[in-house]
Amino acid sequence: MQAKMKPAARIYTGLIFLFLFAPILILLVFSFNEAKSLSVFSEFSFKWYRELLRDSETLTALKNTLVLAISASVISTIMGTGAAVGINKLRNKAVKAMYDSVTNIPMMNPDIITGISLMLMFVFVGQLFGMATSLSFWTMLIAHITFCLPYVILQVLPKLQQMDPALPEAAMDLGCTPLRAFLLVEIPEILPGVITGFLMAFTLSLDDFVISYFTQGNGFQTLPIRIYNMTKKTVTPKMYALATLIFFAILALLILTNLADSGEEQPKKPRKPRRHKKIEEETT
Amino acid sequence: MKRFTALILVACMALCLCLSGCGGSSDTLTLNVYNWGEYISDGSEDTLDVIEAFEDWYSETYKAVVHVNYDTYASNEDMYAKLKTGAVSYDVVIPSDYMIARMASEDMLLPLNYDNIPNYEYISDSFRGLYYDPDNTYTVPYTYGIVGVIYDGNQVDPADAKDWDLMWNEKYSGSILQFNNSRDAFGTAMYRAGIDVNTTKQSDWDKALKALTEQRPLVKSYVMDEIYNMMESGEAAIGAYYAGDYFTMLDAQSDDVDLQFYYPETTNYFVDAMCIPSCCQNQELAEIFINYMLSEEPAVANAEYIYYASPNRLVYENDSYIDEMGEYAMSILYPNVEDFSKLYNQYAYRNLNQETLDYINALWETLKIS
Repeated sequence: MQAKMKPAARIYTGLIFLFLFAPILILLVFSFNEAKSLSVFSEFSFKWYRELLRDSETLTALKNTLVLAISASVISTIMGTGAAVGINKLRNKAVKAMYDSVTNIPMMNPDIITGISLMLMFVFVGQLFGMATSLSFWTMLIAHITFCLPYVILQVLPKLQQMDPALPEAAMDLGCTPLRAFLLVEIPEILPGVITGFLMAFTLSLDDFVISYFTQGNGFQTLPIRIYNMTKKTVTPKMYALATLIFFAILALLILTNLADSGEEQPKKPRKPRRHKKIEEETT
Repeated sequence: MKRFTALILVACMALCLCLSGCGGSSDTLTLNVYNWGEYISDGSEDTLDVIEAFEDWYSETYKAVVHVNYDTYASNEDMYAKLKTGAVSYDVVIPSDYMIARMASEDMLLPLNYDNIPNYEYISDSFRGLYYDPDNTYTVPYTYGIVGVIYDGNQVDPADAKDWDLMWNEKYSGSILQFNNSRDAFGTAMYRAGIDVNTTKQSDWDKALKALTEQRPLVKSYVMDEIYNMMESGEAAIGAYYAGDYFTMLDAQSDDVDLQFYYPETTNYFVDAMCIPSCCQNQELAEIFINYMLSEEPAVANAEYIYYASPNRLVYENDSYIDEMGEYAMSILYPNVEDFSKLYNQYAYRNLNQETLDYINALWETLKIS
């Protein structure tokens, strides 16, 4: 690890980064282009950023996307954490395995099948109740929770399995109610998993196109759908500006979480319970 | 305890379902409009925000608040599929001609009450009684367009720029773009050979396939939207597309590209028209909206934004619009308006029967695979 990179390795790494980031770089450069073209860079300007701020339809779509992503990720994080705790407590191995695989189905299922089947179900239920429009913000929210949920469970479950089951038991021995033991002892232990699950759910919901496309109702269009629908004419450079802004927002979020992570780990080490170490020593 | 929690969860879910059912009911009127993306003047680059202007105009005229839910779609088929599920309800949609014919035949459109659309008088006779709505019952035309050939004057000798033959000219091998959709691609070959594009005779389609197979080695790529960047940058030199889109490309062309445009002798025409689908919740409001879209200010703003020709006299006889477009653009966008209905009914694509569509798709596959 400490050794210097060989030239070949360096070139390889450079190429990988180039392929990863060249598209974003091009987008970034042309979002500052005065002209509408992707072939001529006429002059540096913030024109498309100004246009973006004035485009009420796109801003509404952005707002819709954020509202949907935040509510879907918060709800699925709460539900998913609860589900993971429940699955972890199951004694019967066969039942546990069954629950595991059933929760994985929405994740393994191709998006298009999830999307169509959800839409069919919503339409069916809507017609059962005689509604004029069965698709709405709420159906879209249900759909997003559905596909976010397994990712949260997948992140939280391993953390629960890593946790020493004796910890909450000890807390309860010392007089905690089960709820307090869960909130004060278990939650802090599994928090990294919960946060990762939340972030995954958020980003998945943010850029989902296929499922949103099938379950979108009247007057609630998300950003990916709006951009896709611009293809009768060309996609305007406003979208380059928007994509650049989103890219930097995500980048900032990523850096913040990484900083928070590394800041958290250091004071944690000495706090590790001794029993853990003993077990580790015994097993190695 | 457990049972109690489960009960609460069930109650929450039931509540959600109820909310989704009754959400949005209040004093404000709602109008759901479903249109192509980027197909209305939206206030960018100092244009008029037509939707906002309509809301303001409505509250001034009728002393009531209307909220427009404006959604977009990317293709006729997308829109059709969405409406067909019955899961959404829109009050105004703007499909293309062949889709209108199909929707009308499937009872998906409501007959319009033209008494609520007095501005319909500004639609000239050339745009009435077109094949998709022969008795003027369902539609008010919104835009129309004609396919022409676009070429880069710096790469192509203007003497070669004649009819559809330019797209088969071996001199420009490797610089020609062809449509990446079966109907439009076959269309170019059929107009060139003088075959009726709505024929159901399989031998005619075979002939067109032969022409496309001959053309294949010359074609740089089969494109739809990509044509904009490839023509603007000079990467390709020849391609067929809609007249209005030529001006979009002209706006963005590189310095060393000189895009030119001409119409072949026979070519394709399309009309996109406003209709009211049968799932409409408030027909009168929808008709008021359609009428508003025909009035001078929004109609001119839309035509300037979209760059497609307008069938509305208030637009193409408007002095400031003519000034804004310039003489050249006007001559390309509005060539002999008087003859439009005759040419349109003779040459425009119509909805074909399923058997023929399947046959074309099979031929198209063989072309793409070979």
